[in-house]
Amino acid sequence: MLDAHSSSNTDGKESAAMFHDAVFMEDLRMQMIKFAQLQVRDSQLAEDAVQEAIISAYQNIEKFGRQSAFKTWVFSILKNKLIDLLRKEKRYTAASELEEGANLNGDELIDVLFKKNGHWQKSERPQKWDQPEHGVENNHFWRVFDACLNALPEKYSRLFMMREFLEMETPEICHNEELTVSNLNVILYRARLRLRECLEDNWYQAEKSK
Amino acid sequence: MMNCKRATELLSEKLDRPLSTKEKVALGIHTTMCVSCRLFSQQMQGLRDLSKFYVKGNGEETNNDEKK
Repeated sequence: MLDAHSSSNTDGKESAAMFHDAVFMEDLRMQMIKFAQLQVRDSQLAEDAVQEAIISAYQNIEKFGRQSAFKTWVFSILKNKLIDLLRKEKRYTAASELEEGANLNGDELIDVLFKKNGHWQKSERPQKWDQPEHGVENNHFWRVFDACLNALPEKYSRLFMMREFLEMETPEICHNEELTVSNLNVILYRARLRLRECLEDNWYQAEKSK
Repeated sequence: MMNCKRATELLSEKLDRPLSTKEKVALGIHTTMCVSCRLFSQQMQGLRDLSKFYVKGNGEETNNDEKK
């Protein structure tokens, strides 16, 4: 492996300079820790993963060319670390993870959303969301998004994040978490239903009624 | 005729596995006629896009993330 200091790649050198921007790095580190802790509940493990990801990024800086996506690149390293951790973690946590939460079998939300014949309740029909650009630039939107994610039953949010944040494929999640595919499909469906509902109620419709 | 509950289940599963031709056809017929499920479909993709954005930038603009 090449030492970052001996890299002849100028892009790499410019990027390496970011490691010396203390404010930028601290900010990035905090974001990474927050992201890691959402998925790995042991905060020490999460911090270790972030540390390893940053070191790995530093050591491999010559593999990275474009400054504009530096953060994306570091996060992709972190994602791989988290996937490794979740794989290892399986050995001692999968059993406890499988405890059926109160909400796992609960059809309450589905009963609220749909009539007996399976059609939308009039008051629950999805409403048009303003274009996402309206939200993604806005820090308040992401606070609502975080709150909605945290409001999910723990198991829902964990599986949702494995699928959508870590972009793990369904078979791997099932293998890792000892779930059947249909079980996972049901959980992801319920997680998305709730998240959709929560964002609509607390952001999209809330904004409109202002 | 497929109901909305079943349609929304498939609209979620569509993000995790390829649907069968039969499922695609039935879903297509349903969403052509049902505006609520059409919106739901867009919002499922919206959740995926938001998740990608969350990972990329966590919603905060930085000096280093150019938006394309």
